[in-house]
Amino acid sequence: MKKVKADPKGVLTGVHYLDGDFAIAEGALAAGCRFFGGYPITPSTETAERFSARIPKVGGVFIQMEDELGSIAALIGAVWGGVKAMTVTSGPGFSLMQENIGLACMMETPLVIANVQRGGPSTGLPTLAGQQDIMQARWGSHGDYEVIALAPDSPQECFDLTIEAFNLAEIYRVPTFIMTDECVGHMHEKVVIPPAEEIEVVERKWYAGPKEEYLPYKLDKDGIPFMIKAGDGYRFHTTGLTHDERGYPVINAECQDWCVRHLCDKIRKNADKIIRLEEDEIDTAEVVVLSYGITSRVATRAVQKARQEGIKVGTLRLITVWPFPEKRIRELASLVGSFVVPEINYGQIVYEVERCAAGQAKVIHVPHCGGWVHNPDDIYNAIKEAVK
Amino acid sequence: MIINSTGELTMTEIRFSGFGGQGIIRCGLITGKALALYDNKHATMNQSFGPEARGSACSSQLVVSDDRVLYPYITKPEILVSMSQEAYDKYEPELREDGLLIIDKDLVKPNPPRGKIKIYAVPATRFAEELGNRIIANLVMLGFFTAVTKLVKPESMKKALPGLVPDRFLELNIKAFDKGYEYGLQTLEEEKTGATKAKAKKK
Amino acid sequence: MKAEDRLEERNPIEDLLRMDRIPHIWCPGCGIGTVVTSFAEALKKTQIDLDKVAVVSGIGCTGRVAGYIKLDSFHTTHGRAVPFATGLKLANPELKVIVFSGDGDLAGIGGNHLIHAARRNMDLVVICVNNFNYAMTGGQVAATTPIEANASTAPYGNFEYPFNLPFLMDAAGATYVARWTALHLRRVTMSIMDALQRPGFSFIEVITPCVTLYARRNRLGDGLNLLRYYYDNSEIQHGADTRNLDISYQGKLIVGKFVEKEKPTFLDAMNQHLSRVLGDDYQLYGRINYDRD
Repeated sequence: MKKVKADPKGVLTGVHYLDGDFAIAEGALAAGCRFFGGYPITPSTETAERFSARIPKVGGVFIQMEDELGSIAALIGAVWGGVKAMTVTSGPGFSLMQENIGLACMMETPLVIANVQRGGPSTGLPTLAGQQDIMQARWGSHGDYEVIALAPDSPQECFDLTIEAFNLAEIYRVPTFIMTDECVGHMHEKVVIPPAEEIEVVERKWYAGPKEEYLPYKLDKDGIPFMIKAGDGYRFHTTGLTHDERGYPVINAECQDWCVRHLCDKIRKNADKIIRLEEDEIDTAEVVVLSYGITSRVATRAVQKARQEGIKVGTLRLITVWPFPEKRIRELASLVGSFVVPEINYGQIVYEVERCAAGQAKVIHVPHCGGWVHNPDDIYNAIKEAVK
Repeated sequence: MIINSTGELTMTEIRFSGFGGQGIIRCGLITGKALALYDNKHATMNQSFGPEARGSACSSQLVVSDDRVLYPYITKPEILVSMSQEAYDKYEPELREDGLLIIDKDLVKPNPPRGKIKIYAVPATRFAEELGNRIIANLVMLGFFTAVTKLVKPESMKKALPGLVPDRFLELNIKAFDKGYEYGLQTLEEEKTGATKAKAKKK
Repeated sequence: MKAEDRLEERNPIEDLLRMDRIPHIWCPGCGIGTVVTSFAEALKKTQIDLDKVAVVSGIGCTGRVAGYIKLDSFHTTHGRAVPFATGLKLANPELKVIVFSGDGDLAGIGGNHLIHAARRNMDLVVICVNNFNYAMTGGQVAATTPIEANASTAPYGNFEYPFNLPFLMDAAGATYVARWTALHLRRVTMSIMDALQRPGFSFIEVITPCVTLYARRNRLGDGLNLLRYYYDNSEIQHGADTRNLDISYQGKLIVGKFVEKEKPTFLDAMNQHLSRVLGDDYQLYGRINYDRD
């Protein structure tokens, strides 16, 4: 992995008052993203607007595509053309992108998609928050694959995690999602953008060996193949079909086994390196509130109230939602009495927690069907129930 | 209002309201930016989206705190700024019993005061028209707001303007702010002398 | 002399083919290979830098072209070859990007992308192999199937109006539009040469025989019979009004070069417009080399 300092052209160093959507655009520019293909959808449009205003002065391309199917396809093409690329969308657009998210996984194309989640299903609540695409981020495309998804809880984290998303995408050659929501996307807060020399950016894993020996999907020591771009004389081939090291289609179970295992294992086996969690007072906790994104902020208010009453509550915030921190949850399940899982949906991550807790700890879900954040009292009541 | 053990205000919820086109969202942005960037506070601004942001009642919400803002929306605001009757009618009921109501004198006719709610009024739109453009009524309002609430430093508010108002109108916006601010100080002064007089009378 | 050394045993375009993937999957009598040959010949004749040529295909019989051409080649998803190519071209403007796909892929599932790429005058060459049906999946009715023609999902004959593709492309803003049949090999080559050498969105439709499905189901005989049909019924009308290019079942085939005009491409328009509006603040795009360092 080659880390370099960010290109100062894209870095708007300073202290700003930005909303999450804008911060995502700034994070992308700081990370070296120079291609944005997108389709307008509430509540994510501000990211596209910001990028379209900024990129002509930074050097790059903004193109508003005809739909989200086109956006994601253009992104994959752009990445194979040699640039870093991103798009932003919300639920309905994310649904439309799913097929080609699979193509990006299959072709091992590093790219970033920000999903500013709103309430669903269908058109749902275009202007109001939800966390209902979390499972779709993991399982939305067909077939077996793995992705990385991050959940920022503030505009500052929208900026920071967008850079991180680009870096992870490049390291593992995998589509990486920023799973934020309408509340964080439209929330204005202070955002500190550091000087370019303080921002570390991961370069693409460019191949540098002899041309004639290059194989697009030959795994390097770290399990990730080297990448090249179109126009450099390799005359390579890549496909959405099950393929071998050469990138050639091989339609049989044996090659499928190699191909799919690799796509999954490159993430599964590196999960410890990828996963970032934020834990607080977890060692002494009887109950752990597990949450992500905006919900973790709201939950903290409930936790403070419970702690004032002497209840031993720990918090665990998923900064990385996918891959899911299975190991840590299993560990905690044998140490704490119960998990309280608030999320702005009718049950998604809670199933992962239940799976990992495997009956060793009680799991209490605090659902919210979307449109607003939780009332902290609902989470507080769940904590009380947990220690009853 | 959340007051900490030393008696300082640690959290305030504010709603700016009016109709679309009055620069209501700007009010939240300018105040939030001033507090977060120049007054060393945590300030989280959210706005209402959807049809109501275009034409009828619109609002922006600001949560100000010494610590990180955990709950991003306002629940029972301490301060309500209303620049239209419709917005006032819609949002007044949520204002706290001991809250502060700030209105455009000419555009909002308030109901008889409820609880210990304090009302401050400024002819913001009229002042803006006198300054040459009603579009800056929101800045008159912000100046007035800054004076009567003492929540944010006036210098911070002015520092927050570049980038949030068009460069070519920066000076005019500052003028409007000053106008509102002076009127606010004057209002407080009158309140004080009025109170002293009343006290004297009582004696 | 070993067999592989004998000239007649070698494919004349094998330097442009992934010979390790040959034999290909196309049926005997299929017209796709003919179009590939024309494409290879056009590449050679124009002496274009082959390292800077990329081929993008979607899904379907023609979608497999990307897998056989020995250039940078992408076999993408159904319908999305055009937007994929759009991203590729914009990211690396020195590339000449060719979309090589079928009628179902381009004008059916990918129709929206096709018209928008034409509207933007995106600098792409689109070669559309039109065999009047969805062949890879077994001969289903397509957006190009002539009325009355039989298809596996139109077992009583098709009653839907088909697209007149040159008209569609002309109306959408394509700056080069031609139509040929698999019989017009030399003309196809020339049109592809035209397209390779000009900027902007070029669309070349090539009507080809699908022997196994379309011809068999409609009792039209074998490949030779279809070529005979092209021979008897095609009429070259360069510059013909694109409104009059509908194809009826076994009817007349108007072919030729219908549209050729100049208009700034997407990237030219972007550079011109933003330079004018933003002046020196604008970072000219696409005239710098994308070196890795």
